[in-house]
Amino acid sequence: MAERLIIDYSSPGRKGYSLPPLEIPEVDMGDYIKESYFRDELKLPEVSEVDVVRHYTALSELNYGVDSGIYPLGSCTMKYNPKRNEDIARIEGLSQLHPYQDEEDLQGSFEFLYELKRDLAEISGMDEMTLQPASGAHGELTGLLIIREYFEDKGIEKNKVIVPDSAHGTNPASAVMAGFDIVEIESNKDGMVDIDELKEAVDDKVAALMLTNPNTLGIFEKDIKEIADIIHDAGGLLYYDGANLNAIMGYARPGDMDFDVLHLNLHKTFSTPHGGGGPGSGTVGVKEFLRPYLPRPVLKKDDKNYYWDYDRPKSIGKVHAFYGNYGVLVKAFSYIKTLGGKGLTRTTENAVLNANYMKAKLKEEFSLPYQENSLHEFVLSGVKQKEKGASTLNMAKRLLDYGQYAPTIYFPLVVKEAMMIEPTETENIDTLNRFIETLQKISEEVENNPELVKNAPHNTSVRKLDEVKAARQPDLRW
Amino acid sequence: MDYVSNTVTERNEMLKEIGVETVEEIFNSIPEEVKLKRELKVSGGMSELALKDYMQEISEKNSSLVHYTSFLGAGAYDHYVPGIIDHLISRQEFYTAYTPYQAELSQGTLQVIYEYQSMICELTGMGVANASLLDGGSATAEAILMAARISRNKKILLSAGLHPAYREVAHTYGVPKNLNFVQIGLEGTTTNLTELEENLDKDVAAVVVQYPNFYGSIEEMEKIKELKQQYKKVLLIVVTNPIALGLLKPPGEFGADIVTGEGQPLGNPLNYGGPYLGFLSCKDERKYIRQIPGRIAGATEDVEGNVGYVLTLQTREQHIRRDKATSNMCTNEALNAAISTIYMATMGKAGLREVAEKSFKKAHYLAEKIDELDKFNVLNMDNFFYEFKVETKLPVKKVLSDLKQEKILGGVNLSRFDEEGILLSVTEKRTKEELDRLVQLMEAM
Repeated sequence: MAERLIIDYSSPGRKGYSLPPLEIPEVDMGDYIKESYFRDELKLPEVSEVDVVRHYTALSELNYGVDSGIYPLGSCTMKYNPKRNEDIARIEGLSQLHPYQDEEDLQGSFEFLYELKRDLAEISGMDEMTLQPASGAHGELTGLLIIREYFEDKGIEKNKVIVPDSAHGTNPASAVMAGFDIVEIESNKDGMVDIDELKEAVDDKVAALMLTNPNTLGIFEKDIKEIADIIHDAGGLLYYDGANLNAIMGYARPGDMDFDVLHLNLHKTFSTPHGGGGPGSGTVGVKEFLRPYLPRPVLKKDDKNYYWDYDRPKSIGKVHAFYGNYGVLVKAFSYIKTLGGKGLTRTTENAVLNANYMKAKLKEEFSLPYQENSLHEFVLSGVKQKEKGASTLNMAKRLLDYGQYAPTIYFPLVVKEAMMIEPTETENIDTLNRFIETLQKISEEVENNPELVKNAPHNTSVRKLDEVKAARQPDLRW
Repeated sequence: MDYVSNTVTERNEMLKEIGVETVEEIFNSIPEEVKLKRELKVSGGMSELALKDYMQEISEKNSSLVHYTSFLGAGAYDHYVPGIIDHLISRQEFYTAYTPYQAELSQGTLQVIYEYQSMICELTGMGVANASLLDGGSATAEAILMAARISRNKKILLSAGLHPAYREVAHTYGVPKNLNFVQIGLEGTTTNLTELEENLDKDVAAVVVQYPNFYGSIEEMEKIKELKQQYKKVLLIVVTNPIALGLLKPPGEFGADIVTGEGQPLGNPLNYGGPYLGFLSCKDERKYIRQIPGRIAGATEDVEGNVGYVLTLQTREQHIRRDKATSNMCTNEALNAAISTIYMATMGKAGLREVAEKSFKKAHYLAEKIDELDKFNVLNMDNFFYEFKVETKLPVKKVLSDLKQEKILGGVNLSRFDEEGILLSVTEKRTKEELDRLVQLMEAM
C-alpha cells in the first residue's frame, strides 16, 4: 500500500515541536528588516510528532537495507555495516564538534584522523592521504585536479585522460570536470586493457590513465606493470579507482602496482553505511612527489600537537567547505581498529571466496562472457534468457519478488544483458545458496513461464514503475 | 574480530565447488611481482568493549560543545535538533540501503527524496530541486558550473560576502573549466552594488551572492535583482541559509535562477563539518532542468496505476552520459537529506518560522548590548539576521581565550580568513542567562 505524502497529514495549527522560551524583552524585527524582506507564507507540513514518526516509519518499511538481506550490487560492496561503528560515531565528545573550534580542543579527533590516514596509506601503498573528498566521484575529481596541478606546476602541457570502456561512468565525468579530454580504449577479448590499443592511444598529451583493478569484470589486470610503464614512459600518471579495493586489500597494493594517485570509497571497503545514496567518503592517496598539490588543509603533527597546515602554496585548494565527511571517517576508523591488518586480509579472502563460489554455481545456468579468473565480483550475461523472452531487467525485478535485492545490471557496458554480482565477505554460504537457488529458479521460470518474469515484480509495495512517464512528464515536487 | 561467518568446513566445501585446493590459488591471477608478501601493518583486532573504551578515551582528549556555550557559526550552526530524527534515521531500512537503483524495493528512500525536493522548493521559492549535493561549498561550485553551461559564458562575479571557503571551492572547481572569477568587494558588510554594476556586462555567466551573507548581513536583494535583469543571459545564484528562509522572503522572489547552500542547519548534527548536505534548486524551465547536477526523484505510476517514485531525468547523469554528463555526482548525502526532510516536517510551517524568529531576536538582543560596550562595536547592526561581525581594539585572540576560560566559545576569530574581528552567531538554543553572561564578561575586559 502506498503511503501518502507528509504534507497530506497537515491540519492547520497542528504542531510537532517545542522550543525554549524567548525570555528576552520583545524585539521588533521591523526595526531591522525592511517589510518587503519578510516572506508571506511558508507551505510546510503542520503535523504532530506522532504523525512524523508514523509516516517515516511507514516509509522505511517500503525499503530494503543490508540488514534485510543480501545486497549483491557489483562494484558497490554492500557489506554489513557494524552497529558498533554507529554507536562510536555518536559519542558526544567525538560528534559535538564545531568545524571552527580551536585545534587544542580537537586533539583527540586529530589523533585518530592521523592514524586513519596512516592506516589507509599502508593498506593502499601510498605516501600521503587527504580525507577531504566526500564521495568516490569527489575523490576522482580531487585526484585528477592534483594531476592537473602537478603538470601545470612543471610547465608540461597535458590535456588527455585515457579511460577503458569498462570503467565506472564517474571516471570520464570526473576527468571532464577536471578539464581533460577523454580517450576511451576498448577492452580485449579477455576483458582487460588491450595493450596494443593502449600504446596507440598514448602520447605526450596524456596526463593519466584511470584504471580500476581488478576491473569492473572482477578481473585483475595482470599486465599492470607493463601498463604502468607505458603510461609513465610517456610522461603520464596512473590513477587508481578504489571502488574495488575489497578484492585485494592485504594481498596487493595499488601503490606497489605503480599507481600515483588513488581514491578509496570508505563507504564500500570500510563498511560505512550507504544511507540510501550517501554520505560517503572518497579519501585520496598520493605518492610523495604529489604531496604539495593535495587539497588544503593537510593534517600534520609536530612533537607535541596535531594541527592543520594551511600554508600550501601549490595546493589545488579546497574541494569541501570544511574537512570532509568526518562522521563517516569515525566509522571507517572503528572498522579498521576492529579488524586490524589480519582481519582486513581475511575480509578480502572471503569476499573473493564467496564471489568465486557463486560464479561456479551460476556459470552453467547463465552465460559467462569472460572466462578469466575473477576476484571479488563477476559478471554474468542474461543473453540465453533474453532469447527466451525475459531480459536481465525482468529477472532483476523478479528477484525482488523473492525478497532479495538484485545485482548491478547493464554494467559494465561491455557485456550484453550484464548482471554484475558482488556478494562481499559478510554473507555466508547459506545466504549465498539461497540467492543462487532463487536465480536458478527464475531462470527456470523464464523457460516455463516467461510472462511471469516479464511482468515482475508482483509482490513489492508498488509494481513495475513507468520510468518513461516519469521522464516525459516530470513530477518532481508536490 | 571480523565479520566473516563461513566455517572451515563450509570454506572447504566452497573451495571444492570452485575446483581449487586453497584460496591462495584464486589469487594467482595477481602477478607475483605486485603481491604483498607481508602482513599489513595496521593495528587492531579490538573487541567491542576495548574499541569503545579506546574511542571514549580519544573523545576525552577533545573539548566538545558539551563543555561550552557556543556562539560559533560561519557556515555550521548549533540549532536544536528534535530527538526523533536520530531514531528515525537509525532505522536500518534507511541508513543501510544503497542508492535506490531498484525503485520497487526503495520506495521509502525515493519518497523521502521527493518530499525533500518539495520542501526545499517551498523554502527557496523555486520550481525544481535535486536530491542533494555534497556540501554547501561544492554545491555552490556546481551551481556556478551549471550557470556557465546555461549562459555559455565564463565570467563569474563572486561577492566577497560569500563564505571564503565557498569562494575557494568555487575556484578549485571553476579554474579547470576556464571560468574567470571576478570578486566584487564589500561596502560595509554587504556587496558593493556600484562595483557590481560596473562589472556586469553581457559576458557574465552568473552573479553569486549569499543571503544572508557570510557576515550575517541581508544583501540588498531588490537592487541586485534590478541590476541583473538588465542582462538577459546573466544568471543570479543565491547561496542561502535555509533557517533564515523561515522568515525571509525566498530568493525565488528576488529573481534567483539557482538557489543553493548548506543544509546542515536543518537538523544535522555539527560533526566537525561533515557529513552535511548541499541543496540546489532552480527555475522550473527545461534549459535549467537539463543542466541540474546529481540525482532527482520523480513521481510516476506502476502498471496498476498506483503512485510510485523513481530516480528520473537520468540522461543528465554520469552513469548514462559519462563524459557528457552535467556533473560527476554519484553518491550524494541522501541520509542527511532524510534528516533535513524529517526536520522540516517536524518543525513545519510554524516551527521553522519560530526558530528563525527566536534566533533573530536573541541575536539582536545580544548585538545591541555588545554595541553599547566601550571596547566593542557591531559592524552590521542595521542589516544582520542571526550572525554579526564585532570589531574591537582589544586583541581578538585574547578576548576569545579569556571567554573560553569561562566556558564560552565567543565566536569565530576572523583572522582565520585573514580579516580582523569576530563573527558571532546566536541560535534559538542560547538562553537569556548565557547572553547576559557573555555581555558581562565582555564588559569587564
